[in-house]
Parts: sequence; structure tokens; C-alpha cells
Amino acid sequence: MKDVRLLETALAAETTLAQFGAAHPAAGGIASFLGKVRPDGGVEALELSHYDPLTLPGMDALADEALRRWPLDGVLIRHRVGVMAPGDPIVLVAAASRHRRAAIEAVDFTMDHLKSDAWFWKREKRAGIWSWIEPRGEDHADLARWK
Amino acid sequence: MAVTLVFLGKLADLAGAPEREVPAPLDWPALVAAFPGPLGDALASDKVKLALNGSVLADKAALRAEDGDEVALLPPVSGG
Repeated sequence: MKDVRLLETALAAETTLAQFGAAHPAAGGIASFLGKVRPDGGVEALELSHYDPLTLPGMDALADEALRRWPLDGVLIRHRVGVMAPGDPIVLVAAASRHRRAAIEAVDFTMDHLKSDAWFWKREKRAGIWSWIEPRGEDHADLARWK
Repeated sequence: MAVTLVFLGKLADLAGAPEREVPAPLDWPALVAAFPGPLGDALASDKVKLALNGSVLADKAALRAEDGDEVALLPPVSGG
């Protein structure tokens, strides 16, 4: 079972995780990752843009792939779009499974793909000036782990 | 009779707007030729991908857009 959403407003990680846990009472464990806007280097704001016809369908397909690769009870993806401040949550991924390794690996896999292969474009504001963030080589190296 | 172009990421800044309409039919050489200057140069990059009505094209040169179609111009993603 997958639960994948794009959010225009604040990501309530604790509430979402509690609901996900309640939805999978038979799971032996739940692994999760919460990504936040890094509060460093004078970043005043971060904006994520997306393209409706591709972004959510791509995230859905990613969740399906995680469910295909690991024996999961469920997988959850929440991803923010729009303008965020340092410290704000951007992304929450969780996986529920009978045993821990499947859940941990599925979260790692899903995060690596969201970071490098999902249809998001990011820009940041420093000293009042917006600039686009270019892809990072490390993200592609992270992706290669799963080939 | 128009094709809607949607510019994502920094391409929207170069285009000066998130969307533009251009006359149909439209193929890839005509699309690049429609935007001389920095935008056309950016579009010509191998790293820019195209989606026609929500499907990413494996080969940009295969673009054939008709009236009412939406073509998205997708620069490299910068990660979630």
C-alpha cells in the first residue's frame, strides 16, 4: 500500500508518521527519513517547483518500485513544493515492514531517487537574491548504488 | 492554432514567463529557432528534456506538436 502526496503547505511529520503507524499495525518496524531546509550559509528561503503532469506520477512510480523490491506493508512519501524557510521539513519518507532491513533499505532507495531523479527544481534566496541550484554529482553517485 | 510551451526551473527565468504559446505544428528545430539568444542556447543543451502532453520524449528530435498540445521544457532536476 502506498500513500504519496505533494504538499503546498506545511508538512506535519509527526502527525503523518503516527497515522502511517496506525495504518500498519501488523508491521514489525517502521523506518523513516525527514529532510529539512538546511539552516546554513545565509540561505533565507528555498523554493521547490514541480510540473504537475510528471512530478506526482513519478513519485507514485517510485513508491511502486520500492514495493516491488522489498516486502513492505506500506510506503509513504510526502514532498513539499513552494517556498520554505530554513528548518522547514521538505520531504518525509517512511516504510513499514515485517523486518527492519526491508524498511530501512526502502527508505534509503526512495530518498536517493527523490534527490536525483524526481521532477523538482530548486532555487534558494541569499541576501535577497534567488538563484537556481544545479544538480550535484553525489546525487547521481547515490543513485548508482541501486542499479 | 497554438502549442503551449511550459518552461521549468531556470528556463522560466530565461523565457521571462512560465508559459508561452507558439504556432502549431511545431517540431524541435522550429522550437529552438523560435528563441534565439540565451534561451535557445539553453534549450539546445543535451541536458534539457522534453515532455509532450505529460510524456517525456526519449528523442527530442522526434517532437511533433499539434494545436492544443503542451510541450514542457525540463532542465536537469536539482533534487528534492
